[in-house]
Amino acid sequence: MSAAVSESSTTVERQQMAVDIACVGFGPAMGGFLTTLSRSLLNAEGTPRFESASLPGVPLQVVCYERADGLGFGVSGVVTRARGIRESFPGLDFAEIPMAVPVKTEKLVYLLDPGKASRRSLVLRAADRCIRAFSGLFSLRDEGIELPFIPGFMTKQDGLVLSIGQFNLWVGEQLTSSGLVQIWPSTPVSGALIENDGVNGVRLADQGTELDGSPAEGFMPGMDVRAALTVIGDGPVGAVGRGIDAHFGLPQGHGIREWALGMKMVIELREDCRLEPGMVLHTLGYPEPEIFGFLYVHPNRLVSVGIFIPSWFRNPARTSYRYLQHFIQHPYLWRHLEGGTLKSWGAKSLQESGRHGEPFLVGNGYARIGEGSGSTNVLAGSGVDEAWATGTQLAEAVLDLLEEKKAFTRENLRNAYVRRRRASWVDQESRVACDSRNGFPYGLIPGLLGMAIAGVSRGKVVIPARRPSPNKVTPSLKEIYGGRIPQAELKGMAEDAIAGGLPLHDQIMNRLGWPEVPYDGKLLVSQQDALLMGGSVQAPPGYANHVVFVRPEVCRECEPKLCVEMCSGQAITRGRDGLPNFDREKCVYCGACLWNCRAEIGGELSNVDFRAGAGGLHSALN
Amino acid sequence: MSTGYQIVVCGSIVPDPLQTLEPIETPGGPGLKNEMLLPAVLDPWAGHALFEAANLASRVPGSKVWLVSLGAKAKLQQVMMTIAQKVSFELLAIDGPGSGFADAHSVSENLAEAIAGIPGLDRSRLLLFGGWESASRGAGVTMQMIGERLRILDQFQGVDQINVHVDGSLEIMERVEGGRHQVSVCQGPPALLGWATGNLPEPRNNPQIGMLNMRTVMPALQHAKTGAVAPNGLRYRSVNPPKQQRQTRIVKDMSADEVAREIAEWIGRK
Repeated sequence: MSAAVSESSTTVERQQMAVDIACVGFGPAMGGFLTTLSRSLLNAEGTPRFESASLPGVPLQVVCYERADGLGFGVSGVVTRARGIRESFPGLDFAEIPMAVPVKTEKLVYLLDPGKASRRSLVLRAADRCIRAFSGLFSLRDEGIELPFIPGFMTKQDGLVLSIGQFNLWVGEQLTSSGLVQIWPSTPVSGALIENDGVNGVRLADQGTELDGSPAEGFMPGMDVRAALTVIGDGPVGAVGRGIDAHFGLPQGHGIREWALGMKMVIELREDCRLEPGMVLHTLGYPEPEIFGFLYVHPNRLVSVGIFIPSWFRNPARTSYRYLQHFIQHPYLWRHLEGGTLKSWGAKSLQESGRHGEPFLVGNGYARIGEGSGSTNVLAGSGVDEAWATGTQLAEAVLDLLEEKKAFTRENLRNAYVRRRRASWVDQESRVACDSRNGFPYGLIPGLLGMAIAGVSRGKVVIPARRPSPNKVTPSLKEIYGGRIPQAELKGMAEDAIAGGLPLHDQIMNRLGWPEVPYDGKLLVSQQDALLMGGSVQAPPGYANHVVFVRPEVCRECEPKLCVEMCSGQAITRGRDGLPNFDREKCVYCGACLWNCRAEIGGELSNVDFRAGAGGLHSALN
Repeated sequence: MSTGYQIVVCGSIVPDPLQTLEPIETPGGPGLKNEMLLPAVLDPWAGHALFEAANLASRVPGSKVWLVSLGAKAKLQQVMMTIAQKVSFELLAIDGPGSGFADAHSVSENLAEAIAGIPGLDRSRLLLFGGWESASRGAGVTMQMIGERLRILDQFQGVDQINVHVDGSLEIMERVEGGRHQVSVCQGPPALLGWATGNLPEPRNNPQIGMLNMRTVMPALQHAKTGAVAPNGLRYRSVNPPKQQRQTRIVKDMSADEVAREIAEWIGRK
């Protein structure tokens, strides 16, 4: 299961290459790291400041490997306060970055349920009735109420709306044009080279293999890239970071148990739509109370609109795509979005354990940055800026160590990097945030109250934790729908789904009163068409499958199969033999299968192994 | 051949065809919506030419491959990060408009001038490779015009294969109608080959090749001259973008006969 590579297990002869710093994953954290590092790699007169130890006589060799086929294929439209990013680019006119715009207006909107199909608690239903009865008092409009204020800990008033795809591309262009660092897309890394008590570099994925990883024609074993320092920024589902976690474990009391799937569309608005670039909407209440949503307006009539499905959404019939379609059709949003055209689409898992999910940040020969290092602030709902800042902090630390000619040992990295991080706003705010979401496993209202209390008290007062593994909290179909759908009918639906190889959610949502989606071929399209319209999924031949069901017999007995229900691209389907099938030509690398697996193997580990793979969604506007 | 070939590949960039490409009218003529936001790829036809060049160079000791590219520098840089891991080459970059093949006459002038200026270029060893066609807005005549400017008389278009005979002559297979090939033999370089798809798979990524290439690629990009494409401006008298039709259905394990029958039915309905 471990994606770390134990050198003693090596049996194939592999090419070797030596660099000084090997980096894994190019996202905002790595952008921050390489931007800060590269600016200090030359002396004032233009000569190299540091000589390579791996290739004496040449400048420091810094190489970054990214799985995706392009640096701009990140999936996220974000609003961020951009404190760390602005610090790196003082005075920059952000109009230089495509799709970027400063936040102009920001609203928090409670959405009622116009179709009355949503799973609302009695309290929430009563609240909705009250709002409708006194609609004038609440300024109800198009089934939405704009709340009078946004808590200070959530607001992004002084921030930026960004397309992470375009932002990454822009940062990557600045970096590669410097010639001081190299960034290689289309290069999946299978794991870290772990020797004794440290990391000595990375192993690239094998090429020329069958789907099961066995050598095929043109087999080329993945190269071992040795490095004095390995920087891991491959995100929450990255094979290298998880492999290191599996090998070294997590700090005492830490666990990665809270997740969310973010799914979004980029939509070109109809020509007469006049939404102002920089407008930001945060929503709650619909399509289900547990699902939060957003709409960010970019320049040129483009908007990013999407939802987050959290791991504490106690529903076995999870589907982010169908819920997203209902979300955009909510009257409050549809008045703007109707007549628009889908330009792009994507999904991504978010590690929402925050500080509780923080791994060992450093070890001998390696350091962790970004979302996979637990940097996301779960109270502010902010991750990009924090990730960027952790990258800059590591770069400053690395420059200090290079200058002092100190080795990249655990102790030295702890003193140089971890100490910096602990003293920074990222860490201080993450302490405030770390227990702010404790209330959500009890319900939406306790969850919101918990956030408010934690935010106002600066984390001093929080709701007591109830943080079971997400594998354990999802109830059965009978438990959750038994009161609304007769048992025999539920059983029939499950049998139909198995026979048809389909997920259950469509049947269940139709039965509960969710209307069929009126496909228009432009914006409301089937999930398979979205895969093609929002950029295309590429699965280059010659690589092993990156989603592997470790113990198939466990999957055979598992029902409902959340990996199927939650799969963003319908890449995982039900096989007739009771096993899930994986079709990588539809996989967008969201990683939802990893944390939606209900199986329990070895404690919290999932029965799905999410390994290094090539390709994924080619989507430029995300 | 003890000294090997000097293989110069002309190849530029096109918007990633996996994106939604929406033709629009821009102040500078026909263009694509949000073109600068779209990721770029090496023109697929030129890609085949490059892979064939590298393959030939690997079989003939002493050979060397150059890639001559005219395109927006930022986009060229982006594309180099993808292809530079695949085969060894030296880049010669010319900074110019994204749709560099809009005016074949002007583009061929830029490229021919750049090729002629390669230090140590030996015409008696020169093989000029490129795409037979371009996936961009080219008229499919650029390679021919470069050859004419460089006075290369042996020109072949739609090439799928090249074989080197023991006497140094080159056997070249060009596509003709009906899936067949015309086989020609020329004495040897200089020759121009406009490649169709060739027969080679895309090479695997090799990080060592990438590291070596980057030692010349980044300086080439940093020192790229600006190419003046149609300096007096282009005027488009008429433009007819292809009629776009896409109906997608994903089906696994469908037989070729069934696919053919369905397509025939679909065409019949049009």
